[in-house]
Amino acid sequence: MLSFVAQRVVKGVIVLLAIVVLNFFLIRLAPGDPAMVMAGEAGATDQVFVKQLREKFGLDKPLPEQLFIYVKGVVTLDLGFSFRQQAPVAKLIGERLPATLLLTLTAFAISLALGVLFGTFAARFAGTFLDTAITVFALIFYAMPIFWVALMGILLFSVTMDWLPSFGYETVGANLTGPAHALDVAKHLIMPAMTLGLFFMATYTRMTRASMLEVKRLDFVKTARAKGLSDAVIQRRHVLRNALLPVVTLAGVHSGTLIGGAVITETVFAWPGIGRLMYDALLQRDYNLLLGVFVICSAMVLIFNLITDLVYRLVDPRIEFAS
Amino acid sequence: MSKRVLLGLLLACGLTAPALAQAPKTGGAINAVIQPEPPGLMLAQIQNGPTQMVSGNIFEGLLRYSPKLEPQPELAESWSVSEDAKTYTFKLKKGVTWHDGKPFTAADVLFSIEMLKQTHARARNNLAQVEKVEAPDDYTVVFTLKQPFGPFLGIFEVGSMPMVPKHLYEGTDWKTNPYNNAPVGTGPFMFKEWQKGSFIRLVKNPNYHEKGKPYLDEIYWQVIPDAAARAVAYETGKVDVLPGGSVENFDVPRLSKLKDTCVTGAGWEFFSPLAWLWLNNRQGPLADKRVRQAIMYAIDRDFAKDVIWNGLGKVATGPSASTIKFYTDDVKKYPYDPAKAKALLKEAGYKGEKIRLLPLAYGETWQRWGEAVKQNLQDVGMTIETIATDVAGGNQKIAEWDYDIAFTYLYQYGDPALGVGRNYVSSAIAKGQMFNNVEGYSNPEIDKLFADGAVATPDSKRKEIYEKAQKILVEDVPVAWMLELQFPTIMRCKVKNLITTGIGVNDGFKDAWLDK
Repeated sequence: MLSFVAQRVVKGVIVLLAIVVLNFFLIRLAPGDPAMVMAGEAGATDQVFVKQLREKFGLDKPLPEQLFIYVKGVVTLDLGFSFRQQAPVAKLIGERLPATLLLTLTAFAISLALGVLFGTFAARFAGTFLDTAITVFALIFYAMPIFWVALMGILLFSVTMDWLPSFGYETVGANLTGPAHALDVAKHLIMPAMTLGLFFMATYTRMTRASMLEVKRLDFVKTARAKGLSDAVIQRRHVLRNALLPVVTLAGVHSGTLIGGAVITETVFAWPGIGRLMYDALLQRDYNLLLGVFVICSAMVLIFNLITDLVYRLVDPRIEFAS
Repeated sequence: MSKRVLLGLLLACGLTAPALAQAPKTGGAINAVIQPEPPGLMLAQIQNGPTQMVSGNIFEGLLRYSPKLEPQPELAESWSVSEDAKTYTFKLKKGVTWHDGKPFTAADVLFSIEMLKQTHARARNNLAQVEKVEAPDDYTVVFTLKQPFGPFLGIFEVGSMPMVPKHLYEGTDWKTNPYNNAPVGTGPFMFKEWQKGSFIRLVKNPNYHEKGKPYLDEIYWQVIPDAAARAVAYETGKVDVLPGGSVENFDVPRLSKLKDTCVTGAGWEFFSPLAWLWLNNRQGPLADKRVRQAIMYAIDRDFAKDVIWNGLGKVATGPSASTIKFYTDDVKKYPYDPAKAKALLKEAGYKGEKIRLLPLAYGETWQRWGEAVKQNLQDVGMTIETIATDVAGGNQKIAEWDYDIAFTYLYQYGDPALGVGRNYVSSAIAKGQMFNNVEGYSNPEIDKLFADGAVATPDSKRKEIYEKAQKILVEDVPVAWMLELQFPTIMRCKVKNLITTGIGVNDGFKDAWLDK
C-alpha cells in the first residue's frame, strides 16, 4: 500500500506542475494586467506609474523568464508575493484556507450523509410516495442555482425569522473564546454549509438510490435472504456497502467542484475563504495570488482523489492496490 | 432668588436644552461596510477608494476641506501665501504624535513628500510645480513653487498627500515594510486588527491631538462582497453605515425608508465624481463633431438620473461638475432631442456603421445604464454593439484606444487644474493609460487655456479662462457628459456628524458620535 501511495504522490506532483505551467499562460491570456488594475484604482495619471508597477511585479521580463522564476519558487515551496496585497501569497492563502476547509468539509459531510441516507430510504421504499418525495426534494436543491438558495435562505432565516446570521464567520466585536466561539462559528456556518451541501446532496441521493436498486437484484442478495438474514442486515451489510462504490467515485470527483461552489457561497455569505480570495485575485489580475490558489486547490483535489482510492479499499476489500 | 432671576434661569436652560442635547456623547462602536476589501492600508502606496475610506481614519493630511472646499486646519494649524503666490508657508500643529508616541515634525512632511513623489502618481503630478520644500524649524514647512499654481492649497487632503512616519520608513524597503500591514499614523483612530475577508478593526487614539476627539471607541469595517448581502446586513442591524456605493441603486429607496435611517448625499464635494462617455475622436463616425453632438441629444440623461440613479445626482452641463471651482452653466445646452440627433447624424452622413459600446463593469447599476444608452442611440438609428468585459479587460481596451464609446466616471478634486484639464489637453494623450485624454481630442486653444488657467492669478482671471474653456469644450463634445454622480451614505439616525467635510466618509470619523 505504501508504494501505491508513493507512486500516486509522485504522479500528483507531476500533474501539479503541469497545472501550474498551463495556468501560468492561461491567466495571462485575459486582457489587462495587475499594474493596469492598480493604476486604474489609483486614478494614476501617467504611464510612468504603470511602467513602475510592471517593473516592480517583474512583468516587464520575458514570459519564459517569468515562468522560470515562478516554477522555481513553487518547487522550493515559495508561492511568491502578492504585490497588490503586499504580502506573501502563502501567508494570504494560509489565513483563508481553514475557513474554506471548514465550509467545504462540512458541506461535503452534509451532502454525503444526507444523500446516502435519503438514497437508501428512497431505494428501500422505491415506487412509494416517500421515494417520490425524496427525489423531488433533492432535485429542487439541485435545480436551483446556489446563489439563489443562499439569498432565499438569508431572507427566510436571517431577515424574516432572525434565527441565523446572514454573513461572516463570527460575530464581529463579540471577542468570544472557547466553546462560546465555536458555537458562534457554528451558527454562522449552518447556512453556507447547508446551501453548498444541499446542492451536492441531490446527486448522492440519486446515485445511492439507483445503485442500491441495482445491487438488490443481484444473486448474492437473494442468497443472503435465503440464508434467513434480516432485511435490515441485508440492506446495511450487503446492499449498501456494495452500492457505495459509485458514490465514493462521485465524491472524489466532487472535491474539485466543491471549491467552485465555495466561490459563490463564500461571496454571498461573506465567508472569508480562499474561494473569494481566488475570485478577487482573478478580477484584479493578481497573477501570483491566483496561481497560488490554483496550486493549493489542485493539490487538494489530488489529495481527495488519493483518499477516494484508499476508501475504495475499505469499502470493498476485493480491490487490490496495484503497485 | 427673585422670580425674575428664576425665570431667566429657566429660560436660559430652556434655550440651551436643544444645544445640550446635541453635545457629542463619547463611546460606542460603529459598524460600517467596506466594499471591496482594500488590498492594503498604506495610503501613501495604495490609492484606491476603499483604502482611503479606512485609512482616512489612521493617517492625516496637512489640511482638510469644507463642503465649500475651503481649506481647514488638520496637521497644519495655519498657512500663508506670499504676495507673488509662489511661496506657501505652513505652521504645523505642536504636540502631535504618531500612534507609537514619536512626535510628528516637519521632517516627516519632507520625507512624506519624497516618498509620495515615487509611490503616488497623483501627488507626483500635484507637486510638479514645486521647486523646493524646506523646513526652517521643526514646525514650519515652506513650499517654493516654480510659478504660481492656482489649486495649490487644494492638494493637501489625506488621500492626496498622506503624512508618513519617517522614523518607520526611512531606509527600509517601502513595499515590504511590515508597517504597511499595521499602519502607524497620526489620525484619530489606530489600526488594531485585520481579519482578512472579514473585518478591519480600528480603535480610538487616546492621545489624539484634538482634545476630546474622537468620540467613538471603535470602528469595525465589515467586508461583505455581495451587494444584496450588504443590504441585508444593514436591514438586520449588523451594520450601521453604508458608505456611498455600498448597495445597488435600486436598493437605496427601500433601505432609505427603513426605521431610524438617515440618508445624505453630502461628502462628495471634493471628489465631485462626474460620469461621462469616452468618445473615440480618432476614427470612424465619432471623429465628426456632429455625430458626437448627436449622441448628446440622443441620450435621455434625465431618465438615467431618475430611473437608474433613483433621482440622485444632477445632469452634467459640461466638463466641470457644478460643485467645483469656476463652474459655469452658461454653455451650449443639449436637451434630450432625438429628432435633432437624427438630423445631425444625417447631416454628418452616418450610414449605420457599427459602434462599439463598452459599459463599466461596476455592477448592476452600470450595466443598466449601458442598456439604456444603447437603446437611446439605437432609437436615433445608430448601430450599437455592446462589448462585455470585466474591469481589467475594460481598462485595457480603453488604454489601447480599442473602443468607440466607453463609460467612465472620474473625480475632479475641487479644481479644474487638478481634475478637468487632464482629460482634454493634448499633452495628456498617451497610449497605455486608461485615464486622461484617452478620447484623443486635440485643440491648441484648449491646451493654452488649461495651461494658463493653472498658473494665472488672481482667481478672477482663472475664472475667465476656465469659463471660456468650458464653452469651447461643450461645443466640441470631445466626450459625452452624463451625470454628476451622488453616492448616498445610508446610516442609522443615531450616528451623528459622520460627514462634516467635503471629503465625507473618506476623511475619517473623528467628528462622528453615537446618540445612544
